[in-house]
Amino acid sequence: MQHGTLAVLAVHAVPASHPILPSLTVFILAIFVGIEVISAVPSLLHTPLMSGSNAIHGVIVVGAMVVLGGATTTAERIIGFLAVLLATLNVVGGFVVTDRMLSMFKTKPAGRPSKDEAGS
Amino acid sequence: MNRQNVIDCIYLFAAVTFILALKGLSSPKRARAGTVVGAVGMVAAVGATFFTKVDGHTLQNLPLMIGAMVLGVVVAVPMSRFMKMTSMPQLIAIFNGVGGGAAALVSVAEFLHYDVAYLATYQVLEIVAGVLIGAMSFAGSAVAYLKLQELITGRPITYPGQQIVNGAIFLGALGLVAALVHSPSNVLLWALVGVSVVLGISFVLPIGGADVPVLISLLNSFTGLAVAASGFTLDSNVLIVAGTLVGASGILLTKLMSQAMGRSLPNILFSAFGSAVVADTSGGGEDRPVRAGTPEDIGVALAYARKVIIVPGYGLAVAQAQHTVRELAEQLQAKGVDVFYAIHPVAGRMPGHMNVLLAEANVPYDELKEMDEANAEMSTADVVLVVGANDTVNPAAKTTPGSPIYGMPIINADAAKQVVFLKRSMRPGFAGIENELLYDPKTVLLFGDAKDTLAKLVAAVKAS
Repeated sequence: MQHGTLAVLAVHAVPASHPILPSLTVFILAIFVGIEVISAVPSLLHTPLMSGSNAIHGVIVVGAMVVLGGATTTAERIIGFLAVLLATLNVVGGFVVTDRMLSMFKTKPAGRPSKDEAGS
Repeated sequence: MNRQNVIDCIYLFAAVTFILALKGLSSPKRARAGTVVGAVGMVAAVGATFFTKVDGHTLQNLPLMIGAMVLGVVVAVPMSRFMKMTSMPQLIAIFNGVGGGAAALVSVAEFLHYDVAYLATYQVLEIVAGVLIGAMSFAGSAVAYLKLQELITGRPITYPGQQIVNGAIFLGALGLVAALVHSPSNVLLWALVGVSVVLGISFVLPIGGADVPVLISLLNSFTGLAVAASGFTLDSNVLIVAGTLVGASGILLTKLMSQAMGRSLPNILFSAFGSAVVADTSGGGEDRPVRAGTPEDIGVALAYARKVIIVPGYGLAVAQAQHTVRELAEQLQAKGVDVFYAIHPVAGRMPGHMNVLLAEANVPYDELKEMDEANAEMSTADVVLVVGANDTVNPAAKTTPGSPIYGMPIINADAAKQVVFLKRSMRPGFAGIENELLYDPKTVLLFGDAKDTLAKLVAAVKAS
Protein backbone atom coordinates (compact mmCIF):
# COMPACT_ATOMS: atom_id res chain seq x y z
CA MET A 1 0.00 0.00 0.00
CA GLN A 2 1.21 3.49 -0.69
CA HIS A 3 0.18 5.13 2.50
CA GLY A 4 3.45 4.00 4.06
CA THR A 5 5.38 6.20 1.66
CA LEU A 6 2.99 9.04 2.17
CA ALA A 7 3.49 8.79 5.90
CA VAL A 8 7.25 8.96 5.44
CA LEU A 9 6.84 11.97 3.19
CA ALA A 10 4.60 13.61 5.74
CA VAL A 11 7.16 13.09 8.46
CA HIS A 12 9.79 14.78 6.33
CA ALA A 13 7.54 17.56 5.11
CA VAL A 14 6.24 18.63 8.49
CA PRO A 15 9.00 18.58 11.04
CA ALA A 16 7.78 18.85 14.63
CA SER A 17 5.03 21.44 14.25
CA HIS A 18 2.94 22.21 17.30
CA PRO A 19 0.17 19.61 17.71
CA ILE A 20 -2.53 22.29 17.78
CA LEU A 21 -1.67 23.64 14.31
CA PRO A 22 -3.63 21.16 12.15
CA SER A 23 -6.76 21.84 14.20
CA LEU A 24 -6.14 25.56 14.16
CA THR A 25 -5.81 25.50 10.38
CA VAL A 26 -9.14 23.74 9.97
CA PHE A 27 -10.72 26.11 12.51
CA ILE A 28 -9.62 29.29 10.78
CA LEU A 29 -10.57 28.09 7.31
CA ALA A 30 -13.97 27.00 8.61
CA ILE A 31 -14.59 30.51 9.95
CA PHE A 32 -14.28 31.86 6.43
CA VAL A 33 -16.47 29.14 4.98
CA GLY A 34 -19.12 29.80 7.64
CA ILE A 35 -19.26 33.50 6.87
CA GLU A 36 -19.14 32.97 3.11
CA VAL A 37 -21.94 30.40 3.09
CA ILE A 38 -24.27 32.46 5.26
CA SER A 39 -23.94 35.87 3.67
CA ALA A 40 -26.17 34.75 0.79
CA VAL A 41 -29.16 33.75 2.96
CA PRO A 42 -32.30 35.91 2.52
CA SER A 43 -34.00 37.13 5.71
CA LEU A 44 -36.98 34.97 4.75
CA LEU A 45 -34.88 31.99 5.73
CA HIS A 46 -33.13 33.36 8.82
CA THR A 47 -35.20 31.34 11.25
CA PRO A 48 -34.79 28.03 9.38
CA LEU A 49 -31.10 28.87 9.13
CA MET A 50 -30.83 29.35 12.86
CA SER A 51 -32.65 26.08 13.37
CA GLY A 52 -30.57 24.30 10.73
CA SER A 53 -27.26 25.42 12.21
CA ASN A 54 -28.68 24.42 15.59
CA ALA A 55 -29.09 20.90 14.23
CA ILE A 56 -25.59 20.89 12.79
CA HIS A 57 -23.87 21.63 16.08
CA GLY A 58 -25.66 18.52 17.28
CA VAL A 59 -22.67 16.73 15.75
CA ILE A 60 -21.30 16.98 19.29
CA VAL A 61 -23.09 13.62 19.62
CA VAL A 62 -20.00 12.17 17.93
CA GLY A 63 -17.81 13.62 20.68
CA ALA A 64 -20.23 12.43 23.34
CA MET A 65 -20.11 8.89 21.92
CA VAL A 66 -16.32 8.89 22.02
CA VAL A 67 -16.40 10.08 25.62
CA LEU A 68 -18.94 7.50 26.76
CA GLY A 69 -17.26 4.80 24.68
CA GLY A 70 -13.98 5.43 26.46
CA ALA A 71 -15.45 5.95 29.94
CA THR A 72 -13.89 3.76 32.60
CA THR A 73 -15.21 5.19 35.87
CA THR A 74 -18.79 5.63 37.08
CA ALA A 75 -18.44 9.41 37.05
CA GLU A 76 -17.30 9.31 33.43
CA ARG A 77 -20.14 7.00 32.51
CA ILE A 78 -22.72 9.31 34.07
CA ILE A 79 -21.26 12.35 32.33
CA GLY A 80 -20.94 10.46 29.06
CA PHE A 81 -24.51 9.20 29.27
CA LEU A 82 -25.84 12.71 29.89
CA ALA A 83 -23.69 14.08 27.05
CA VAL A 84 -25.02 11.50 24.58
CA LEU A 85 -28.58 12.12 25.74
CA LEU A 86 -28.37 15.91 25.46
CA ALA A 87 -26.55 15.75 22.14
CA THR A 88 -29.16 13.36 20.74
CA LEU A 89 -31.91 15.77 21.80
CA ASN A 90 -30.02 18.54 20.04
CA VAL A 91 -29.42 16.74 16.79
CA VAL A 92 -32.81 15.03 16.47
CA GLY A 93 -34.84 18.02 17.65
CA GLY A 94 -32.81 20.37 15.49
CA PHE A 95 -33.35 18.43 12.30
CA VAL A 96 -37.03 17.68 12.92
CA VAL A 97 -37.84 21.32 13.69
CA THR A 98 -35.92 22.56 10.66
CA ASP A 99 -37.60 20.07 8.37
CA ARG A 100 -41.00 20.90 9.79
CA MET A 101 -40.40 24.57 9.16
CA LEU A 102 -39.10 24.09 5.67
CA SER A 103 -41.88 21.70 4.72
CA MET A 104 -44.14 24.72 5.03
CA PHE A 105 -42.35 26.70 2.37
CA LYS A 106 -44.34 25.68 -0.64
CA THR A 107 -45.00 27.69 -3.70
CA LYS A 108 -48.27 27.21 -5.48
CA PRO A 109 -47.99 25.44 -8.83
CA ALA A 110 -48.01 27.95 -11.68
CA GLY A 111 -51.47 29.12 -12.64
CA ARG A 112 -53.26 27.19 -9.92
CA PRO A 113 -54.56 28.39 -6.60
CA SER A 114 -53.23 26.81 -3.43
CA LYS A 115 -56.60 25.25 -2.56
CA ASP A 116 -55.37 21.79 -3.40
CA GLU A 117 -52.98 21.74 -0.47
CA ALA A 118 -54.07 19.28 2.16
CA GLY A 119 -55.54 20.63 5.39
CA SER A 120 -56.12 24.21 6.35
CA MET B 1 -7.00 1.73 3.96
CA ASN B 2 -7.29 0.89 7.61
CA ARG B 3 -10.41 1.36 9.64
CA GLN B 4 -9.54 4.80 11.00
CA ASN B 5 -8.91 6.18 7.52
CA VAL B 6 -12.34 5.03 6.38
CA ILE B 7 -13.91 6.61 9.43
CA ASP B 8 -12.04 9.86 8.84
CA CYS B 9 -13.20 9.92 5.23
CA ILE B 10 -16.80 9.54 6.42
CA TYR B 11 -16.23 12.43 8.83
CA LEU B 12 -14.90 14.50 5.93
CA PHE B 13 -18.01 13.60 3.94
CA ALA B 14 -20.17 14.67 6.90
CA ALA B 15 -18.36 18.00 7.20
CA VAL B 16 -19.01 18.66 3.50
CA THR B 17 -22.70 17.82 3.87
CA PHE B 18 -22.97 20.34 6.72
CA ILE B 19 -21.55 23.05 4.50
CA LEU B 20 -23.97 22.06 1.74
CA ALA B 21 -26.87 22.09 4.19
CA LEU B 22 -26.14 25.68 5.20
CA LYS B 23 -25.55 26.58 1.57
CA GLY B 24 -28.92 25.08 0.64
CA LEU B 25 -30.64 27.40 3.08
CA SER B 26 -29.95 30.34 0.80
CA SER B 27 -32.96 29.44 -1.33
CA PRO B 28 -36.40 28.22 -0.29
CA LYS B 29 -36.38 25.66 -3.08
CA ARG B 30 -33.13 24.01 -2.07
CA ALA B 31 -33.41 24.50 1.67
CA ARG B 32 -35.22 21.27 2.39
CA ALA B 33 -32.94 19.19 0.21
CA GLY B 34 -29.99 20.82 1.99
CA THR B 35 -31.35 19.77 5.35
CA VAL B 36 -31.80 16.21 4.16
CA VAL B 37 -28.20 16.17 2.92
CA GLY B 38 -27.05 17.44 6.33
CA ALA B 39 -29.08 14.78 8.10
CA VAL B 40 -27.55 12.08 5.91
CA GLY B 41 -24.10 13.37 6.81
CA MET B 42 -25.03 13.35 10.47
CA VAL B 43 -26.27 9.76 10.36
CA ALA B 44 -23.11 8.72 8.50
CA ALA B 45 -20.92 10.43 11.13
CA VAL B 46 -22.77 8.78 14.01
CA GLY B 47 -22.69 5.41 12.25
CA ALA B 48 -18.95 5.68 11.64
CA THR B 49 -18.33 6.62 15.25
CA PHE B 50 -19.67 3.24 16.38
CA PHE B 51 -16.62 1.67 14.71
CA THR B 52 -14.08 4.09 16.07
CA LYS B 53 -11.50 3.09 18.67
CA VAL B 54 -10.86 5.03 21.85
CA ASP B 55 -7.53 4.47 23.59
CA GLY B 56 -7.02 1.42 21.37
CA HIS B 57 -10.30 -0.27 22.35
CA THR B 58 -13.59 -0.49 20.53
CA LEU B 59 -16.39 1.59 22.07
CA GLN B 60 -17.40 0.51 25.55
CA ASN B 61 -20.71 1.05 27.35
CA LEU B 62 -22.72 0.44 24.19
CA PRO B 63 -25.98 -0.46 25.97
CA LEU B 64 -25.75 2.79 27.92
CA MET B 65 -24.99 4.72 24.73
CA ILE B 66 -27.85 3.25 22.76
CA GLY B 67 -30.16 3.75 25.74
CA ALA B 68 -29.25 7.45 25.85
CA MET B 69 -29.85 7.79 22.12
CA VAL B 70 -33.19 6.04 22.19
CA LEU B 71 -34.28 8.16 25.13
CA GLY B 72 -33.18 11.28 23.27
CA VAL B 73 -35.12 10.34 20.15
CA VAL B 74 -38.22 9.39 22.13
CA VAL B 75 -38.23 12.78 23.86
CA ALA B 76 -37.11 15.01 20.98
CA VAL B 77 -39.34 13.79 18.16
CA PRO B 78 -42.76 14.36 19.75
CA MET B 79 -41.52 17.60 21.28
CA SER B 80 -40.43 19.04 17.95
CA ARG B 81 -43.36 17.58 16.03
CA PHE B 82 -46.20 18.78 18.19
CA MET B 83 -45.13 22.08 19.67
CA LYS B 84 -46.99 24.99 18.13
CA MET B 85 -45.17 26.93 15.46
CA THR B 86 -45.49 30.10 17.51
CA SER B 87 -43.30 28.36 20.09
CA MET B 88 -40.53 27.93 17.55
CA PRO B 89 -38.08 30.26 19.32
CA GLN B 90 -38.50 28.31 22.56
CA LEU B 91 -37.84 25.02 20.79
CA ILE B 92 -34.68 26.33 19.22
CA ALA B 93 -33.61 27.67 22.62
CA ILE B 94 -34.07 24.24 24.22
CA PHE B 95 -32.27 22.28 21.53
CA ASN B 96 -29.49 24.82 21.47
CA GLY B 97 -29.12 24.71 25.26
CA VAL B 98 -28.82 20.94 25.42
CA GLY B 99 -26.20 21.06 22.67
CA GLY B 100 -24.18 23.54 24.72
CA GLY B 101 -24.61 21.32 27.76
CA ALA B 102 -23.41 18.29 25.81
CA ALA B 103 -20.34 20.15 24.59
CA ALA B 104 -19.50 21.25 28.13
CA LEU B 105 -19.93 17.69 29.43
CA VAL B 106 -17.70 16.28 26.69
CA SER B 107 -14.97 18.72 27.70
CA VAL B 108 -15.43 17.92 31.39
CA ALA B 109 -15.26 14.18 30.70
CA GLU B 110 -12.07 14.57 28.68
CA PHE B 111 -10.52 16.49 31.57
CA LEU B 112 -11.47 13.77 34.04
CA HIS B 113 -10.32 11.03 31.68
CA TYR B 114 -6.71 12.15 31.48
CA ASP B 115 -4.19 12.53 34.22
CA VAL B 116 -4.03 16.27 34.61
CA ALA B 117 -0.27 16.10 35.03
CA TYR B 118 0.01 15.09 31.36
CA LEU B 119 -2.20 17.81 29.98
CA ALA B 120 -0.32 20.51 28.12
CA THR B 121 -1.36 24.11 28.64
CA TYR B 122 -3.01 24.33 25.23
CA GLN B 123 -5.05 21.22 26.01
CA VAL B 124 -6.24 22.70 29.28
CA LEU B 125 -7.22 25.86 27.43
CA GLU B 126 -9.19 23.88 24.84
CA ILE B 127 -11.07 22.04 27.57
CA VAL B 128 -11.69 25.16 29.60
CA ALA B 129 -13.04 26.99 26.53
CA GLY B 130 -15.47 24.15 25.84
CA VAL B 131 -16.65 24.08 29.45
CA LEU B 132 -17.01 27.84 29.84
CA ILE B 133 -18.78 28.53 26.54
CA GLY B 134 -20.88 25.37 26.57
CA ALA B 135 -22.13 25.80 30.14
CA MET B 136 -22.89 29.48 29.51
CA SER B 137 -24.89 28.59 26.43
CA PHE B 138 -26.75 25.88 28.35
CA ALA B 139 -27.72 28.15 31.25
CA GLY B 140 -28.41 31.16 29.03
CA SER B 141 -30.66 29.14 26.74
CA ALA B 142 -32.57 27.82 29.74
CA VAL B 143 -33.31 31.35 30.95
CA ALA B 144 -34.18 32.42 27.39
CA TYR B 145 -36.64 29.53 27.23
CA LEU B 146 -38.25 30.57 30.53
CA LYS B 147 -38.61 34.13 29.26
CA LEU B 148 -40.14 33.16 25.92
CA GLN B 149 -42.48 30.65 27.50
CA GLU B 150 -43.40 33.45 29.93
CA LEU B 151 -42.65 31.25 32.92
CA ILE B 152 -40.66 34.23 34.16
CA THR B 153 -41.24 37.82 33.14
CA GLY B 154 -40.25 38.77 29.63
CA ARG B 155 -39.22 42.18 30.92
CA PRO B 156 -35.54 42.74 31.59
CA ILE B 157 -34.62 41.72 35.13
CA THR B 158 -32.34 44.35 36.52
CA TYR B 159 -31.00 45.51 39.87
CA PRO B 160 -28.64 48.28 40.92
CA GLY B 161 -25.02 47.50 40.18
CA GLN B 162 -25.91 44.64 37.85
CA GLN B 163 -23.22 45.47 35.31
CA ILE B 164 -20.63 45.48 38.09
CA VAL B 165 -21.82 42.13 39.45
CA ASN B 166 -21.81 40.61 35.96
CA GLY B 167 -18.35 42.00 35.36
CA ALA B 168 -17.20 40.49 38.65
CA ILE B 169 -18.61 37.07 37.71
CA PHE B 170 -16.85 37.27 34.37
CA LEU B 171 -13.57 38.18 36.04
CA GLY B 172 -14.12 35.31 38.48
CA ALA B 173 -14.47 32.94 35.53
CA LEU B 174 -11.28 34.30 33.97
CA GLY B 175 -9.54 33.90 37.33
CA LEU B 176 -10.58 30.25 37.46
CA VAL B 177 -9.31 29.75 33.91
CA ALA B 178 -5.94 31.20 34.92
CA ALA B 179 -5.84 29.00 38.03
CA LEU B 180 -6.69 25.93 35.93
CA VAL B 181 -3.91 26.66 33.49
CA HIS B 182 -1.48 27.15 36.37
CA SER B 183 -2.47 24.05 38.35
CA PRO B 184 -5.26 21.97 36.82
CA SER B 185 -7.50 20.12 39.26
CA ASN B 186 -10.95 18.57 39.23
CA VAL B 187 -12.21 20.88 41.97
CA LEU B 188 -11.26 23.97 39.99
CA LEU B 189 -12.92 22.55 36.87
CA TRP B 190 -16.21 21.93 38.66
CA ALA B 191 -15.98 25.43 40.11
CA LEU B 192 -15.62 26.71 36.55
CA VAL B 193 -18.72 24.76 35.51
CA GLY B 194 -20.66 26.44 38.34
CA VAL B 195 -19.39 29.94 37.59
CA SER B 196 -20.11 29.50 33.85
CA VAL B 197 -23.70 28.53 34.61
CA VAL B 198 -24.10 31.58 36.86
CA LEU B 199 -22.52 33.75 34.18
CA GLY B 200 -24.91 32.41 31.55
CA ILE B 201 -27.91 33.18 33.75
CA SER B 202 -26.80 36.64 34.81
CA PHE B 203 -25.88 37.52 31.22
CA VAL B 204 -29.38 36.74 29.96
CA LEU B 205 -31.52 38.14 32.82
CA PRO B 206 -31.30 41.82 31.79
CA ILE B 207 -32.26 41.10 28.17
CA GLY B 208 -35.89 41.87 27.32
CA GLY B 209 -38.29 39.37 25.74
CA ALA B 210 -38.33 41.17 22.39
CA ASP B 211 -34.58 40.83 22.10
CA VAL B 212 -34.38 37.19 23.19
CA PRO B 213 -34.42 35.82 19.61
CA VAL B 214 -31.27 37.77 18.82
CA LEU B 215 -29.84 36.35 22.01
CA ILE B 216 -30.74 32.81 20.97
CA SER B 217 -28.91 33.34 17.73
CA LEU B 218 -25.86 34.46 19.72
CA LEU B 219 -26.14 31.48 22.09
CA ASN B 220 -26.48 29.22 19.05
CA SER B 221 -23.19 30.61 17.87
CA PHE B 222 -21.72 30.02 21.37
CA THR B 223 -22.74 26.38 21.28
CA GLY B 224 -21.06 26.08 17.89
CA LEU B 225 -17.84 27.44 19.35
CA ALA B 226 -18.11 25.11 22.35
CA VAL B 227 -18.47 22.19 19.93
CA ALA B 228 -15.43 23.43 18.03
CA ALA B 229 -13.49 23.59 21.32
CA SER B 230 -14.48 19.98 22.05
CA GLY B 231 -13.26 19.18 18.55
CA PHE B 232 -9.84 20.60 19.41
CA THR B 233 -9.74 18.46 22.56
CA LEU B 234 -10.77 15.28 20.76
CA ASP B 235 -8.70 16.09 17.64
CA SER B 236 -11.87 15.72 15.62
CA ASN B 237 -12.01 17.74 12.44
CA VAL B 238 -15.71 17.14 11.88
CA LEU B 239 -16.49 18.72 15.26
CA ILE B 240 -14.18 21.63 14.52
CA VAL B 241 -15.66 22.24 11.07
CA ALA B 242 -19.31 21.90 12.13
CA GLY B 243 -18.86 23.89 15.33
CA THR B 244 -16.94 26.66 13.63
CA LEU B 245 -19.42 26.89 10.76
CA VAL B 246 -22.19 27.41 13.26
CA GLY B 247 -20.09 29.73 15.40
CA ALA B 248 -19.09 31.99 12.51
CA SER B 249 -22.43 31.98 10.74
CA GLY B 250 -24.28 32.46 14.03
CA ILE B 251 -22.35 35.61 14.83
CA LEU B 252 -23.05 36.98 11.36
CA LEU B 253 -26.73 36.07 11.65
CA THR B 254 -26.89 37.75 15.06
CA LYS B 255 -25.44 40.88 13.52
CA LEU B 256 -27.95 40.80 10.65
CA MET B 257 -30.81 40.40 13.11
CA SER B 258 -29.77 43.30 15.28
CA GLN B 259 -29.33 45.43 12.16
CA ALA B 260 -32.89 44.56 11.16
CA MET B 261 -33.98 45.95 14.51
CA GLY B 262 -31.93 49.08 13.97
CA ARG B 263 -29.80 48.40 17.02
CA SER B 264 -26.27 47.41 17.73
CA LEU B 265 -25.49 44.11 19.37
CA PRO B 266 -23.89 45.67 22.49
CA ASN B 267 -27.00 47.82 22.82
CA ILE B 268 -29.20 44.71 22.82
CA LEU B 269 -27.00 42.79 25.23
CA PHE B 270 -26.20 45.46 27.77
CA SER B 271 -28.87 48.16 27.71
CA ALA B 272 -31.80 46.34 29.40
CA PHE B 273 -33.96 47.74 26.60
CA GLY B 274 -37.60 48.22 27.52
CA SER B 275 -37.08 48.15 31.29
CA ALA B 276 -37.85 51.80 31.82
CA VAL B 277 -41.36 52.89 30.96
CA VAL B 278 -40.72 55.09 27.98
CA ALA B 279 -42.09 58.56 28.39
CA ASP B 280 -44.83 59.33 25.91
CA THR B 281 -43.32 61.82 23.50
CA SER B 282 -46.67 63.15 22.35
CA GLY B 283 -47.88 64.01 25.83
CA GLY B 284 -50.67 61.89 27.28
CA GLY B 285 -51.83 60.36 24.03
CA GLU B 286 -53.99 57.74 25.76
CA ASP B 287 -57.04 60.01 25.82
CA ARG B 288 -56.87 61.20 22.25
CA PRO B 289 -59.64 60.06 19.95
CA VAL B 290 -59.08 57.23 17.51
CA ARG B 291 -61.38 56.24 14.69
CA ALA B 292 -62.90 52.81 15.27
CA GLY B 293 -64.51 51.15 12.26
CA THR B 294 -67.01 48.37 11.76
CA PRO B 295 -66.09 45.12 9.98
CA GLU B 296 -68.69 45.96 7.30
CA ASP B 297 -67.17 49.34 6.43
CA ILE B 298 -63.68 47.94 6.35
CA GLY B 299 -64.81 44.90 4.37
CA VAL B 300 -66.22 47.16 1.66
CA ALA B 301 -63.08 49.30 1.61
CA LEU B 302 -61.00 46.16 1.12
CA ALA B 303 -63.27 44.59 -1.49
CA TYR B 304 -63.25 47.69 -3.69
CA ALA B 305 -59.56 48.42 -3.36
CA ARG B 306 -57.19 47.76 -6.22
CA LYS B 307 -54.22 46.95 -4.07
CA VAL B 308 -54.18 45.74 -0.45
CA ILE B 309 -51.02 45.16 1.52
CA ILE B 310 -51.23 43.02 4.63
CA VAL B 311 -48.71 43.68 7.40
CA PRO B 312 -48.75 40.73 9.82
CA GLY B 313 -47.25 40.91 13.29
CA TYR B 314 -46.87 38.74 16.34
CA GLY B 315 -50.47 39.41 17.37
CA LEU B 316 -51.55 37.46 14.30
CA ALA B 317 -49.49 34.49 15.37
CA VAL B 318 -50.69 34.62 18.96
CA ALA B 319 -54.30 34.59 17.78
CA GLN B 320 -53.47 31.65 15.46
CA ALA B 321 -55.06 33.68 12.69
CA GLN B 322 -52.70 32.72 9.84
CA HIS B 323 -55.34 30.60 8.14
CA THR B 324 -58.01 33.25 8.47
CA VAL B 325 -55.77 35.92 7.01
CA ARG B 326 -55.01 33.66 4.06
CA GLU B 327 -58.74 33.13 3.60
CA LEU B 328 -59.28 36.88 3.55
CA ALA B 329 -56.50 37.32 1.01
CA GLU B 330 -58.01 34.63 -1.22
CA GLN B 331 -61.46 36.24 -0.99
CA LEU B 332 -59.96 39.54 -2.05
CA GLN B 333 -57.96 37.95 -4.85
CA ALA B 334 -61.16 36.30 -6.09
CA LYS B 335 -62.60 39.80 -6.37
CA GLY B 336 -59.61 40.90 -8.42
CA VAL B 337 -57.79 42.76 -5.68
CA ASP B 338 -54.03 42.73 -5.82
CA VAL B 339 -52.96 41.39 -2.41
CA PHE B 340 -49.56 40.74 -0.93
CA TYR B 341 -47.96 40.54 2.49
CA ALA B 342 -45.28 42.94 3.68
CA ILE B 343 -42.97 41.13 6.03
CA HIS B 344 -40.83 43.14 8.39
CA PRO B 345 -37.47 41.42 9.04
CA VAL B 346 -38.34 40.98 12.72
CA ALA B 347 -42.07 40.37 12.33
CA GLY B 348 -43.12 37.64 14.69
CA ARG B 349 -40.41 36.90 17.16
CA MET B 350 -37.51 36.09 14.93
CA PRO B 351 -36.37 37.06 11.45
CA GLY B 352 -38.25 34.84 9.07
CA HIS B 353 -40.58 33.62 11.81
CA MET B 354 -43.59 35.27 10.16
CA ASN B 355 -42.71 33.66 6.85
CA VAL B 356 -42.78 30.29 8.55
CA LEU B 357 -46.10 30.97 10.24
CA LEU B 358 -47.72 32.11 7.00
CA ALA B 359 -46.16 29.26 5.08
CA GLU B 360 -47.73 26.93 7.64
CA ALA B 361 -51.10 28.34 6.54
CA ASN B 362 -50.18 27.58 2.92
CA VAL B 363 -49.63 31.19 1.94
CA PRO B 364 -47.43 30.94 -1.16
CA TYR B 365 -44.10 32.57 -0.42
CA ASP B 366 -44.15 34.60 -3.63
CA GLU B 367 -46.93 36.63 -2.02
CA LEU B 368 -44.58 37.52 0.84
CA LYS B 369 -42.58 40.62 0.07
CA GLU B 370 -39.65 41.83 2.09
CA MET B 371 -39.74 45.25 3.65
CA ASP B 372 -37.86 47.23 1.00
CA GLU B 373 -39.80 45.73 -1.85
CA ALA B 374 -43.11 46.36 -0.07
CA ASN B 375 -42.17 49.93 0.81
CA ALA B 376 -41.53 50.70 -2.84
CA GLU B 377 -45.17 49.84 -3.59
CA MET B 378 -46.67 51.31 -0.45
CA SER B 379 -47.79 54.63 -1.95
CA THR B 380 -49.81 52.79 -4.61
CA ALA B 381 -51.70 50.73 -2.02
CA ASP B 382 -55.30 51.64 -1.37
CA VAL B 383 -55.44 49.90 1.99
CA VAL B 384 -52.77 48.65 4.34
CA LEU B 385 -54.13 46.07 6.73
CA VAL B 386 -51.98 45.86 9.86
CA VAL B 387 -52.77 42.68 11.76
CA GLY B 388 -51.33 42.45 15.24
CA ALA B 389 -48.28 44.53 14.42
CA ASN B 390 -47.35 47.86 15.94
CA ASP B 391 -43.69 48.78 16.38
CA THR B 392 -42.80 47.63 12.88
CA VAL B 393 -45.07 50.30 11.35
CA ASN B 394 -44.43 53.02 13.92
CA PRO B 395 -43.35 56.22 12.13
CA ALA B 396 -41.62 57.32 15.34
CA ALA B 397 -38.71 55.22 14.07
CA LYS B 398 -38.25 57.85 11.36
CA THR B 399 -39.57 61.02 12.96
CA THR B 400 -38.76 61.00 16.66
CA PRO B 401 -35.02 61.06 17.34
CA GLY B 402 -35.51 60.46 21.07
CA SER B 403 -37.56 57.32 20.58
CA PRO B 404 -35.98 53.98 21.55
CA ILE B 405 -36.86 52.57 18.16
CA TYR B 406 -35.49 55.61 16.28
CA GLY B 407 -33.48 54.38 13.32
CA MET B 408 -35.17 50.99 13.11
CA PRO B 409 -36.26 50.33 9.53
CA ILE B 410 -40.05 50.15 9.37
CA ILE B 411 -42.77 49.29 6.92
CA ASN B 412 -44.05 52.66 5.72
CA ALA B 413 -47.73 51.92 6.27
CA ASP B 414 -48.27 55.67 6.68
CA ALA B 415 -47.56 56.12 2.97
CA ALA B 416 -50.68 54.19 1.92
CA LYS B 417 -54.03 55.85 1.20
CA GLN B 418 -55.77 54.16 4.10
CA VAL B 419 -54.52 52.22 7.10
CA VAL B 420 -56.54 49.61 8.97
CA PHE B 421 -55.28 48.31 12.29
CA LEU B 422 -56.62 45.10 13.76
CA LYS B 423 -55.65 45.33 17.41
CA ARG B 424 -56.63 43.75 20.68
CA SER B 425 -56.39 47.04 22.55
CA MET B 426 -54.63 50.38 22.53
CA ARG B 427 -51.77 48.77 24.41
CA PRO B 428 -48.43 49.67 22.85
CA GLY B 429 -46.22 46.98 21.27
CA PHE B 430 -43.15 45.21 22.61
CA ALA B 431 -41.06 48.34 22.72
CA GLY B 432 -43.71 50.06 24.85
CA ILE B 433 -43.92 53.12 22.63
CA GLU B 434 -46.95 55.11 21.56
CA ASN B 435 -47.73 54.83 17.84
CA GLU B 436 -48.72 58.12 16.20
CA LEU B 437 -50.11 56.30 13.20
CA LEU B 438 -53.05 55.06 15.30
CA TYR B 439 -54.29 58.65 15.60
CA ASP B 440 -53.78 59.54 11.95
CA PRO B 441 -57.00 60.69 10.23
CA LYS B 442 -56.62 58.04 7.53
CA THR B 443 -56.36 55.25 10.08
CA VAL B 444 -59.27 53.04 11.09
CA LEU B 445 -59.09 50.65 14.03
CA LEU B 446 -60.93 47.42 14.52
CA PHE B 447 -60.57 46.09 18.04
CA GLY B 448 -60.69 42.46 19.00
CA ASP B 449 -58.89 39.16 18.71
CA ALA B 450 -57.20 39.03 15.30
CA LYS B 451 -58.84 35.73 14.37
CA ASP B 452 -62.37 36.99 15.18
CA THR B 453 -61.98 40.32 13.44
CA LEU B 454 -60.45 38.68 10.38
CA ALA B 455 -63.31 36.19 10.22
CA LYS B 456 -65.76 39.10 10.34
CA LEU B 457 -63.85 40.81 7.54
CA VAL B 458 -64.00 37.63 5.44
CA ALA B 459 -67.78 37.58 5.89
CA ALA B 460 -68.03 41.30 5.07
CA VAL B 461 -65.93 40.93 1.93
CA LYS B 462 -68.04 37.98 0.81
CA ALA B 463 -71.21 40.02 1.33
CA SER B 464 -70.00 43.09 -0.52
